[in-house]
Amino acid sequence: MRRKLWIWQVLLLVAIFAFWHFATHPELIPPFVWDNPHRAAFFFGEPVKMFHVIVEWFASGEIYPHLWVTLQETALAFVIGSVLGLVIGLWLGLTPFASALFDPYIKAMNAMPRVVLAPIFMVWFGLGIWSKVALGVTLVFFIVFFNVYQGVKEVSPVVLNNATMLGATRRQLLRFVYLPSATSWVFSSLHTSVGMAFVGAVVGEYLGSAKGVGYLIHMAEGAFDINTVFAGILVLTMFALVLDFAVSFAEKRLLVWRPTQGETEPQL
Amino acid sequence: MSASVLLEKITCTFAAKGGEGSYTAVRDVDLAIADGEFVSVVGPTGCGKSTLLNVAAGLLRPSSGSVKIHGDALSGINRHAGYMFQSEALMPWRSALDNVTAGLQFRGEEARTARAKGEAWLERVGLAGFGDRYPHQLSGGMRKRVSLAQMLILDPQILLMDEPFSALDVQTRQLMENELLELWSADRKSVIFITHDLEEAISLSDRVVILSAGPASHPIGEFAIDLPRPRDVSEIRLSPRFIALHDRIWHAMKDEVLKGYAQTRNRTTA
Repeated sequence: MRRKLWIWQVLLLVAIFAFWHFATHPELIPPFVWDNPHRAAFFFGEPVKMFHVIVEWFASGEIYPHLWVTLQETALAFVIGSVLGLVIGLWLGLTPFASALFDPYIKAMNAMPRVVLAPIFMVWFGLGIWSKVALGVTLVFFIVFFNVYQGVKEVSPVVLNNATMLGATRRQLLRFVYLPSATSWVFSSLHTSVGMAFVGAVVGEYLGSAKGVGYLIHMAEGAFDINTVFAGILVLTMFALVLDFAVSFAEKRLLVWRPTQGETEPQL
Repeated sequence: MSASVLLEKITCTFAAKGGEGSYTAVRDVDLAIADGEFVSVVGPTGCGKSTLLNVAAGLLRPSSGSVKIHGDALSGINRHAGYMFQSEALMPWRSALDNVTAGLQFRGEEARTARAKGEAWLERVGLAGFGDRYPHQLSGGMRKRVSLAQMLILDPQILLMDEPFSALDVQTRQLMENELLELWSADRKSVIFITHDLEEAISLSDRVVILSAGPASHPIGEFAIDLPRPRDVSEIRLSPRFIALHDRIWHAMKDEVLKGYAQTRNRTTA
């Protein structure tokens, strides 16, 4: 059943590309929207040419430095955003006064569309990777922060009381109960936050940079080279899929203590 | 002989949830547990049994009254006591062994000796070889064994147990009760055992204390259990002496149970 599904999924992909090819390749079928047979290719590109661009990128090795830059930005944004979110989430989760004080500001900053900060970050951090990292951090931070904050509030009081009765001091409670519990919440938002770090990196590159896949797309768009734009989008998509796969792998290894649905439990 | 745990005129009043009025869970409770004595506290649901235990543990400060542990007034957490909770209290991100050794780690004991002690305790509660399992991979009974080992590894002089076996099925429960008695008889710690199950209370204890229905519940009767030890909890339930005791205590309790039942019914219908 799984194999059959897999075959159908591949067939669907092939069908999409075939449709794309036939609809856009000049004079393959009679024009039905535009009079000019080259107009469809101008707007939607041609899959064959697009693949040609991708193969060229990888064959010449031209794409690697760009991918590397995007990866760096994503990773840095993810790590910095997560650590900040974890620390501040723990702090505000454990100090009701600070949390009450900052509450309206945090809500406001979260409501603000953070992409508009990109130009400011360009001014502050320049056109290098750090302005993109900063943008990614603002996106990742809030996801992790809200998760950790909620996680701290929802630490089971029984587990806390139990640790207290076993002799844990306040610091030990923080280290051995609150922190692991909050970390598990960070991991549960891992897919979303890695995705956001990636969005921050690409959008930042798109808005102004000298390297990265977002920059490639931006340059191609400026030259009306639609095939290269689509090539960039496809490479980004593949890249995101690989990242997501890596996250799933890491999640599985790090959250072994979590019950998963359907797993059998040994009985005495 | 000074009492191991001495509760004097304990009253606990909680602010009601809406912010208006208050709720008195227990009022003027006196309770003394002698050294090495196994005392069960029985009462209808919602009568403040857990409140009393939390007071003895130092997790809850009473509104009035005093707590003395071995003759000294208790302030803060009761460091002489181990507490076994009714609901899941294990840290889910720690393996069984790491849960058992948690208390030793908090004390700053060396990891290797802690590990060796932990393994020994897992074996004593019948979980040898299960040390690397996480709580969710263990059955309810096994998790209770881990909790038991986690508490006993610190060698507390006083055991506070809040309906520890109430979530288990009857067979597992009797097994656990027998094991508890066996572990207890080895070095006779003082035990306060909270339960709503009169049979469990009688078969385990030296003394059974009956609490009235809440609010403002207080002890309304005390019964010495003179059944011989060592006991097997499933066998002793059939002995004539057990049945006679059960009858006497049940008669004393019945009115309170009915009162508690009527109250919860009124609360839900009102």
